[in-house]
Amino acid sequence: MRAVRFIAINVFRESVRDKVLYNLVLFAIMLMAVSFLLGQLTAGQDVKIIKDLGLAAIAIFGLFIATFIGIGLVSKEVERRSIYSLLSKPIRRQEFILGKYLGLVLTLAVNVAAMTAAYYAVLAYMAWKAGGNFLPGWEAPALDPMLLKAVAMIFLQLMIVTAIALLFSTFSSPALATALTLALYVVGHFNADLKNFDAVVTSRPAAFLAKTLYYTLPNLSPFDVKAQVVHAVPVPVGYLLFNTAYALIYISALLTAATVIFIRRDFK
Amino acid sequence: MYVAGISVLVGAAVVLQMARERRYPDGPAVADQVLYIESGQVIERVALSYKAVLADLYWIRALQHYGGERLKTDSNERFALLYPLLNLTTSLDPRFMVAYRFGAIFLSEPYPGGAGKPELAIRLLEKGIRTTPDKWEYYHDIGFVYFWNLHDYLKAADWFRRGAEQPNSPWWLRTYAATMMAKGGDRQTARVIWQNILNTTEGEWMRETAKKRLLQLDALDQIDYLRRIRDEFQRRKGHSPESWEQIIAAGLLRGVPVDPEGTAFTLNFATGEIAVSGYSPLYPLPLETIPGQP
Repeated sequence: MRAVRFIAINVFRESVRDKVLYNLVLFAIMLMAVSFLLGQLTAGQDVKIIKDLGLAAIAIFGLFIATFIGIGLVSKEVERRSIYSLLSKPIRRQEFILGKYLGLVLTLAVNVAAMTAAYYAVLAYMAWKAGGNFLPGWEAPALDPMLLKAVAMIFLQLMIVTAIALLFSTFSSPALATALTLALYVVGHFNADLKNFDAVVTSRPAAFLAKTLYYTLPNLSPFDVKAQVVHAVPVPVGYLLFNTAYALIYISALLTAATVIFIRRDFK
Repeated sequence: MYVAGISVLVGAAVVLQMARERRYPDGPAVADQVLYIESGQVIERVALSYKAVLADLYWIRALQHYGGERLKTDSNERFALLYPLLNLTTSLDPRFMVAYRFGAIFLSEPYPGGAGKPELAIRLLEKGIRTTPDKWEYYHDIGFVYFWNLHDYLKAADWFRRGAEQPNSPWWLRTYAATMMAKGGDRQTARVIWQNILNTTEGEWMRETAKKRLLQLDALDQIDYLRRIRDEFQRRKGHSPESWEQIIAAGLLRGVPVDPEGTAFTLNFATGEIAVSGYSPLYPLPLETIPGQP
């Protein structure tokens, strides 16, 4: 476990050195600028729009970090040939994969936490400007703690995307890994269609294949509860727990696959 | 050295842009009435997990389109994109209540204040009911479009009644239904409804609309009074007045009458018709029908 911790902390330090945390400044500036401009543009919907925009920005900034850093986690080490010195140390390959993964998850956690803090700060400012945290006509308070449910689901989604990127990073080039990761991200939001494929095709093998793909490909759309929390539609805790369990199991499968590929890989 | 070079280049770009804008103030002619995706279903699929934020963008675009088109004077196809934009907004975020409610007003308002398409306003609100059937506000707004824009008081009464059956609906909605059945397009009924909207709505834009509508109703009352004075002038002099000055000289008015916004009423010297001026913020006044006659 010491080796895992050591690698994870190094991944985090490296992303700080690579100025990944600069995106936080960009996020904060963007939210503040938009909050100033929105009042004139939205016919009284500025708090709702800031909520939507903040959650979408947390998701998209996180997606970029998870993808573009995730795809380089292994391939960069191979490219720089630093993998040889690393593997010559008493580090098992599965520890290397797990350490890399947890390092990027730590980077994402710090990012998401900081963006969420900035998000609530902007909402607090807007509530103060509007003259109250929960005005008549609003569906939910400006500083609604339920927004954290959406943030938690975004974070789980990013954890899955990171594991996908890491998996592709173990056997393909960065360009191909990026394309494959983003493709799976998109498929992950579309694959609910595969579930009901048997309603549109008559071929049983095709319907079976569609259903198999539906259950095996990552299903990311259930993690999107942004609209529900913004409109104060209740999101049951049980639903969130199912999503959490699904994410953890799926991530375990992806990391196992990444480890198997990495163990079998010959670096001579 | 480099800083100076960059400054010179940026300065040159600014000068060039200013020169271009002076020479071609309108730029090349482009069709701004373009919506690349019109299908709500398509946009919903391509938006992935960013539907709500895309809905907000389309909502802002709908507001800008509405505001921009209101200022136009030279286009026959005004507000052409309004319904498609509102349809996209509500497909992406089916619970965006303000988009349905304000959107319905933008669509149903008669020209030049809106698109003058009450049937599209009703279609938009019915879409809202399909998403959240227990929102009494949508039933109220459909009833209101039938009452205010289409003057179909039976249908208005039916929608108000259906709204009153929804949970958390206000008590006064049931009285609307009864009033519609009894009095139809009575001006006092309209005043009560707009006053209720003013008292119960939080949105600034909606409140301003309600205030304007109440002032328009006051202007209609004033016009009724001025018509009686005109008729009195006619009875005394045997001919229609040709100007306000003639009525003032006859001692029937102290000065040129002004509407609640302070703009003088117009008096058509040929027909004797009295109306609010085209320059008044209250222009045009709502059309009225005789109660019971749609």
